[in-house]
Amino acid sequence: MNVLGKLSWDAIPFDQPIVMGASAVMGLAVLVVLSWVTLKGHWPYLWREWITSVDHKRIGVMYFLLALVMLLRGFSDAIMMRGQQAVAAGGAQGYLPPEHFDQIFSAHGTIMIFFVAMPLVIGLMNFVLPLQLGVRDVAFPTLNSVSFWLTASGVLLINISLVVGEFAKTGWVAYPPLSELQFSPGVGVDYYLWALQISGIGTLLTGINFVTTILKMRAPGMGYMRMPVFCWTSLAANLLIVAAFPVLTATFAMLLLDRYLGFHFFTVGGQGNPMMYVNLFWVWGHPEVYILILPVFGVFSEVIATFSGKPLFGYRSMVAATMAICVLSFLVWLHHFFTMGASADVNGFFGVMTMIIAVPTGVKIFNWLFTMWGGRIRFTVPVLWTIGFMVTFVIGGMTGVLMAVPPADFQLHNSLFLVAHFHNVIIGGTVFGAMAGYNYWFPKAFGFKLDERWGKASFWCWLVGFYIAFMPLYALGLMGMTRRMQHYDDLNWQPWLLVAAAGAVVILAGIVCQIIQLIVSIRNREQLRDASGDPWNGRTLEWSTASPPPAWNFAILPHVDGADAYWALKEGKPANQDQPARPRKYEPIEMPNNSATGFVTAFFAVVTGFALIWHIWWMVGLGLFGAFVTVLLFAFRNDEETEVQAEQIARFDRTHQLELVV
Amino acid sequence: MTEIRFDRAPGDRSVLPETEEKTSAGVLVYTIGLVIAATLTSISFWVANTSLLWAPGIPLGLAVLGIAQMGVHLVFFLHITTGPDNTNNVLALAFGVLIVILVVAGSLWIMANLNNNMMPPLELMDLHMQR
Repeated sequence: MNVLGKLSWDAIPFDQPIVMGASAVMGLAVLVVLSWVTLKGHWPYLWREWITSVDHKRIGVMYFLLALVMLLRGFSDAIMMRGQQAVAAGGAQGYLPPEHFDQIFSAHGTIMIFFVAMPLVIGLMNFVLPLQLGVRDVAFPTLNSVSFWLTASGVLLINISLVVGEFAKTGWVAYPPLSELQFSPGVGVDYYLWALQISGIGTLLTGINFVTTILKMRAPGMGYMRMPVFCWTSLAANLLIVAAFPVLTATFAMLLLDRYLGFHFFTVGGQGNPMMYVNLFWVWGHPEVYILILPVFGVFSEVIATFSGKPLFGYRSMVAATMAICVLSFLVWLHHFFTMGASADVNGFFGVMTMIIAVPTGVKIFNWLFTMWGGRIRFTVPVLWTIGFMVTFVIGGMTGVLMAVPPADFQLHNSLFLVAHFHNVIIGGTVFGAMAGYNYWFPKAFGFKLDERWGKASFWCWLVGFYIAFMPLYALGLMGMTRRMQHYDDLNWQPWLLVAAAGAVVILAGIVCQIIQLIVSIRNREQLRDASGDPWNGRTLEWSTASPPPAWNFAILPHVDGADAYWALKEGKPANQDQPARPRKYEPIEMPNNSATGFVTAFFAVVTGFALIWHIWWMVGLGLFGAFVTVLLFAFRNDEETEVQAEQIARFDRTHQLELVV
Repeated sequence: MTEIRFDRAPGDRSVLPETEEKTSAGVLVYTIGLVIAATLTSISFWVANTSLLWAPGIPLGLAVLGIAQMGVHLVFFLHITTGPDNTNNVLALAFGVLIVILVVAGSLWIMANLNNNMMPPLELMDLHMQR
C-alpha cells in the first residue's frame, strides 16, 4: 500500500494555467507575509498576543480578519464566473472549462457561506457580546480559541484544495447521487466534507459558548428584558446553531460513510434515498439563513438607535419577533425543494409557513423606521449601510415571499431569479450588516475611527454595484436562464450578463475602497483617535469602557438598572454632580491564561482532515492522537488563571478616566 | 423590587441564604437514579426477549421504556427540576424537544409523501420488472 495514500504528483494541476497562476499568487502572498513577520521579529508578539490569546476581543478581530481575507477569495471566484458568463454566449466556450467552472461555483458558495458570512457574524458576536453584557469574557475562553482555530482549519483545507487535488464540482449543497463516490470519485467532495465537518465542530462549540455566556454571565442587574437587542438576536442565532449544526454534521457523516465505507444512506442502489440528504441538508440550511441574518438585525438595531439618539422603538416587539423567527425558522425548510415531488398539501403548508416568517421580519423593519422617525439622525457610515440594508432587504424579502408560493417556485426554481434573491438577502442583509458593525465597533476595538470619506465611497460602490450586478439576474431568471451554466446558446441573455459583470466590477471598486479606508485610517490614526471611548454617543455598556478595552473589560462590573444602561448613566450624571464621586474600590481580577490548545488542536485537525481526504491512514491516526493528547494536556493543566493586581487596574483606570461611577 | 424578583440576572445575590450542598443527599439521589435506570434497562432486555407479551406491542414497549430512561437521566443525573433556578434548563430542554419533534415529524411526513408521489404507477413498475 502506498504510504501517501492517493496523493501523488498528479494531484497538482500543472496543466491548468489559471489554477497554477492563482496558486502562485496566493503562495507568494503567504510567503511575503510570513517572511515579513519573521524579518521584523513579530513572531513572539503574534504568538503571545494573538495566536494563543483567549481574549474574546482578540478572537473576534481574528474571526473578522479571516472573513475579510476569505471574502477576497470568494469574490475572485464570483468575478471569474461573471466574466465567464459574459463571454460564453452562442457557440463560445469562454475561458473556463466546465470542470473548472463547476469547482469555482462550488467553492464560491461554500466559502461565502461558511468562511465569510459565518466568521463575520461570529466575529462581531465575539467582540461585542461580553462588552454589551458588561462581563469580562465569554463563558469558556479557551473553547472560544479552539472554535476559532477549527474554523481556520476548514479555511486552510479549502485553500489547499486549490493547489493539491481539486474541489467539489457539485455546487455548495453537494446533493447525492452526484456527490456519491460513483459520480464524484475524486477528492473534491472529500475536501468539501472534511473542511465543513471540522469548521462545523468549531461553530457548534461557539454556539454552546455564547448561549452559556448570555444566559449565565450578565452584569449584575441585567435581566433578560434589559439586554441590548444585539444580545437577544445573538442568543437566538446561537440557539439555532446549537439546534441546527448537529443535523448538518450528521448528514455529512452519513455521506462520508457512503463514500468511505460503502454504506447506502443516499445511494440509489442498496435502498438508499438521496432525497433524505436534500431534506436533512435544508433542515440545517434554513435555520442557517437566520443564523446569518439575526445577529446583523441586532447590529442594525444598535446602530439605528445610537445614531437617531433615541431608544429603539418597540424593544419588546423586537425581542418577540426575534424569538418567533428562532422557532419558525425550523418550520419552513421544504421551500428549498418544492419541486422535489411533494404533494400540494405538504408544499402548501411550507409555503404558508414561509410567508408567515416574513411577518416578524416586517415588524423589525417598521421598528427601525419608527426609531428613525423624529430622531436626530447622523448620517455616518454605519447608518448609510443600515439604510441601504433596509431598502435592499425589503426587495430581497419580497422576491422571497414571491417564491414561497409553490406554483411560482416551480417556474423560478434553480433559475437565476433564485440566485438573485438569495444574494439580495445575504449581501443586502449579512454583508451590509457586517460592514455597518465593522464601521460602528472599529473605534471600540482599536481606539480610532475609520475614515468617513472612503467608508462612504465604499458603501456607494457596494450599493450601486449590487443593484447593477443582481437586478439583471432577476430578469434573466424570468427569461428562463438556470443557475450554474458554463455556457449558453441564447444570445438575448448576453447583454444582461454583461451588465451584471459590470456590476461585479463596481463591487470590486467598493472592496478596494474598503481596503484603502483601512490603510488610510491606520495612517491617520492620530487624527482619528478617540480618547473618550464613546465616539458615537452610544447607549450600551461597551461604550462605557476604554477603547481599546483593557483585557479585563471593566475594572468594576457595571450595575444595570434598565435598558440602554450606559445612556441611563450618562443622563443621570448631572444630577449627581454635586455629590463627591465615590472613590472606586479596586479588587484583583482573575484572568484566564493564554493557551496554545486551540492552535495545536487545529493543527492536528488539519493533519487529520488532509490525511482523510487522501486516504493516508497512518497520518489520520497521528493527527487524531495529537489532537487527543493536546486536549488531555489542557484538561490536566495546573495553572488556570493569573491574577491582575488591583494597583495595575487602578493605574489603567486613572489614565483612562472613562467608566462612569456606578 | 417585584420586577427584579422575576427577572433576576446571574450576578444578583439571591435574597435567601444559599442552601448548603449536602453531599449525603447528593449520593442518595444518584443511587436512586442508578437503581431506577438499571431497572429500566433490565426490563427492556427482558421485554425484548420474552414471549409472554403480544409481539407487535414490544417495539412500543421498548420506546416507552426508552423515554422513561431519558426522563430518569434528566431528573436524577442532569438535575432538571421545576425550581425557579432551573428555568433556563427547562426552557432549553423544551426548545430541544420542540426542535426534535419538528425535525423528525416533518421529515417523516415529507419523505412519506415523496415516496407516495414518486412511486411509479403499477404498469410502469411491471415494464421495469420485465426488462
